[in-house]
Amino acid sequence: MKKRALLLLALTPFLLTQCGDGSKGGDSSSSNSLTIGFAQAGAESAWRTAETESITREAEQRGVTLKFSDAQGKQENQIKAVRGFIAQGVDAIILAPIVETGWEPVLKEAQRAEIPVVLVDRGVQVSDDGLYATLIASDFVAEGQMAADWLAKKTGGKANIIELQGTPGAAPAIDRKKGFEQGIAAHPEMKIIASQSGDFRRSQGKEVMEALVKAHPNLTAVYAHNDDMALGAIQALEAAGKKPGTDVLVVSIDGVKDAFIAMKDGQLNCTVECNPLLGPNAFDAVEKAVAGETLPKKTVVQDRLFEASQAAAELPNRQY
Amino acid sequence: MKTDSAWKAISTWFGGGSIIWTLLGLALLLLVDAVWVKDFFTLEWRDGHLYGTPVDILHQGSKVMLLALGMTLVIATGGVDLSVGSLMAVAGAIAAWALTAGGMSAASALPLALLVTTLIGSLSGLLVAVLGVQPIVATLVVMVAGRGIAMLVTGGQILTLQDPTLRFIGGGYFLGLPFTVTLVVALLALTLFLTRRTAFGLFIEATGDNETASRFCGVPVRLVKVLVYAFSGFCAALAGIVATGNIHAADSARVGEMMELDAIFAVVVGGTALTGGRFHLLGSLLGALLIQTLTTTMYNLGVPPTVAPVPKAVVIVLVCLLQSPVFQARLRTWKKAKTPEVTA
Repeated sequence: MKKRALLLLALTPFLLTQCGDGSKGGDSSSSNSLTIGFAQAGAESAWRTAETESITREAEQRGVTLKFSDAQGKQENQIKAVRGFIAQGVDAIILAPIVETGWEPVLKEAQRAEIPVVLVDRGVQVSDDGLYATLIASDFVAEGQMAADWLAKKTGGKANIIELQGTPGAAPAIDRKKGFEQGIAAHPEMKIIASQSGDFRRSQGKEVMEALVKAHPNLTAVYAHNDDMALGAIQALEAAGKKPGTDVLVVSIDGVKDAFIAMKDGQLNCTVECNPLLGPNAFDAVEKAVAGETLPKKTVVQDRLFEASQAAAELPNRQY
Repeated sequence: MKTDSAWKAISTWFGGGSIIWTLLGLALLLLVDAVWVKDFFTLEWRDGHLYGTPVDILHQGSKVMLLALGMTLVIATGGVDLSVGSLMAVAGAIAAWALTAGGMSAASALPLALLVTTLIGSLSGLLVAVLGVQPIVATLVVMVAGRGIAMLVTGGQILTLQDPTLRFIGGGYFLGLPFTVTLVVALLALTLFLTRRTAFGLFIEATGDNETASRFCGVPVRLVKVLVYAFSGFCAALAGIVATGNIHAADSARVGEMMELDAIFAVVVGGTALTGGRFHLLGSLLGALLIQTLTTTMYNLGVPPTVAPVPKAVVIVLVCLLQSPVFQARLRTWKKAKTPEVTA
């Protein structure tokens, strides 16, 4: 009984497409009325919400019909959504994969249906990278390097740095560490004197910095893998009688709104924006893929670096 | 002789002799710090308060200490409360919401947060006591739901707060020490009074030792259970307000994450058995101090974060082994076996 119900449920989208096909056939003559499915991972952070809004807004502006699905943090929901899009016969699918593995079968289904899949913000591990059109994402290594370059320029290549790492093992933590280390490698007098994990949390950033500022009073700079830890560290530095922003330079990554407020107040020196506004790039890629063009396997979104002097002007534009 | 009996009285008041091992663990750790960490015990008087690593440990450990007081009573009834970390987030979120969107003053926002969180805490008590749900399941439900409620209240965002009262609770100084120390001492005094000066403590231990027998003796087992979970919720609310005040922001997604495990660990290391029965409030506080000292030591020694859990686990296993009666018995027989060899 249950099996039959499931079968019927699985078939429903097919039945629906059968009815929908006629209208779609008529539409295809006018090239700019695409139907696109967007399988979003969830809405767990402000960053994620900004990403969703960017894609929805871009779809409206380009007159694209967007079918949106929120997987609420579960891969099985996301796979179901992609299957649903395939069954509905969309022209292309935008996928923000929750995890890297387990996508092979459903991507093959999309390939068989000749629907291009554009990945945003995270890659997938598949045996054949022809299964997706392109990946549009930030380069975490480059972000770390940009932070290092800024610090090198600002300090003249001389700094005692305390690094606040993200959650051990997380891709952004590994890559942002790697990028920063590459960036300071050319400057022998820039040293990381201590490096501990603040777990990407504001409270941990503060707690770790309270300990490290006492153990290493000679610090001159703090590099945090995300803004939240930097904001916690700033409070700890103040409590220790240091002036964050002047005595101790603070650089971080992400570019959240609170970071801009801290920059305006002169406590944070710079932040490298990890851009969630992937909409324009994603739809450029979608249009090319639908037109049959071959795209590079990875499109890196240009991340911008914001300095304290730009903060006041940029603050009203911050969406997340 | 007189001091001996006085010591005995003090030690029973706090719950027996097993805190010796926790103290020993803490002392060993502090010895390591004294030898290998430069200026570990250096205290300064700065801006009208004490400043130094030991002060940090007291301050940062206060959240787990607050949680551990509530957790001790829950564990003493043979239960466990996994929801405390999420309840911290709930309290922080409600306080933040009331102060910002609700437009309330701290004088009404904080009691509101305490009240609502205590009520949610007593919900797990009702699930356990009335519906007979396993404590681990009941509090897991509240843990998941609590995090959701907190995220809902703050809209999934980190809310920044400027309220001076909240900031004082989380990061202010009183009598030269962080205010959180006063808070912990006050809560300890209240808990000691409730459990040692009234029959409540006896009821808790009776419930944990043998629930059925207690019920037949007229102990209001269900009421006791609801009350301990409500109290644990209250403690979690206090810890949540401290955590929120400390970073001047309500971080619903991350505050108190995994802290329930720290609290359980503090209680176990402090000499209270997970099977219920006798409990040791002071031991739990020492356990919480032990964890915090351990964490701070890792930072100070520069242990890389990827391997830091290993030495932590080693210390935890050691302390638990020292406390285990089986291990102690083995140690004794091993000693006995060894002594004749030496004399011969």
